[in-house]
Amino acid sequence: MARLVRMDRTGHTTLAEWTGADDAAFAAASAAFREQLEAGYYAVVSEGEGQARQVTALPADAPLVILRRPIAGG
Amino acid sequence: MTAHGASAAGGARPGGGAAPAEPGAGLPERSAVAWRRPVDAGALRARERLWTLSTAAYSVPFVATAGILVGVEPGLAPIAALSLAHAWGIPELHANRGAKVVRPRRRRDEAAEATALGLLGDLLGHEARELHARTGLVLERARLGVWLVGEAGALLVRPGGRRAHCWCVRVEDPSLPSADRIAHLLLALREDETGFATVANLAFSGATWRVRRRLPEAMRPALAAAVQASRA
Repeated sequence: MARLVRMDRTGHTTLAEWTGADDAAFAAASAAFREQLEAGYYAVVSEGEGQARQVTALPADAPLVILRRPIAGG
Repeated sequence: MTAHGASAAGGARPGGGAAPAEPGAGLPERSAVAWRRPVDAGALRARERLWTLSTAAYSVPFVATAGILVGVEPGLAPIAALSLAHAWGIPELHANRGAKVVRPRRRRDEAAEATALGLLGDLLGHEARELHARTGLVLERARLGVWLVGEAGALLVRPGGRRAHCWCVRVEDPSLPSADRIAHLLLALREDETGFATVANLAFSGATWRVRRRLPEAMRPALAAAVQASRA
């Protein structure tokens, strides 16, 4: 089962889960995804050690999509 | 309906992979510091030379003063010693500022920390996970060198292990647990290493041994591992 998680003050929150066969779940996950992007989050797909990719559309085939806040120099 | 009805849902089509933000655009945060030159290997080398020059500019006058004082009047040796102490101490102060970027912050919510740690662990291999558990720092090999990612900054050990750069960079949400703050930085680093170094502020660049002396003892094994990895 693929997951959309947001890193937040609780550690992380799972916003949506979907499978390849469940269109409704994926549509709901996509809606939640867009909502979070509009709220200022960036979405990242981890591609194994050393690699990650920012995405602007929910990838159906990624097992885990992580929402992160922007970073800045301190 | 095809699986997921991607266009209607606003998602990416199965098998087509995730839609990148803008191909080749790199870290989106770079737009906030668009005037900065991208920190690639060449820019890093230039900064290294600049830091070495500035360290010399701070220290050499004090060393010269000490030499002149003793040369003119040996009885002024105590004053000369003070001057030498300044020559030694100023780079140490700079290194201390650099090491501060990875010092641990106060923990707030242990349950949230544990949850965040689970996600961070999913992003790491066994070796990096174990090192993080011992030292609080995540070791990440990349093109510019070996990174040690902390909660509010990162150290970059350059190939060969003799020089370290200390970068001040953080996620703009102080309520996040420690492991989440590290995960934010780690993901950004993995997305775009050059962008990450461009967004971050350089707090120190200099000898690795100087940084090591200023790190909390528990973190020193992480630096030793990064130095070792940078020589591999």
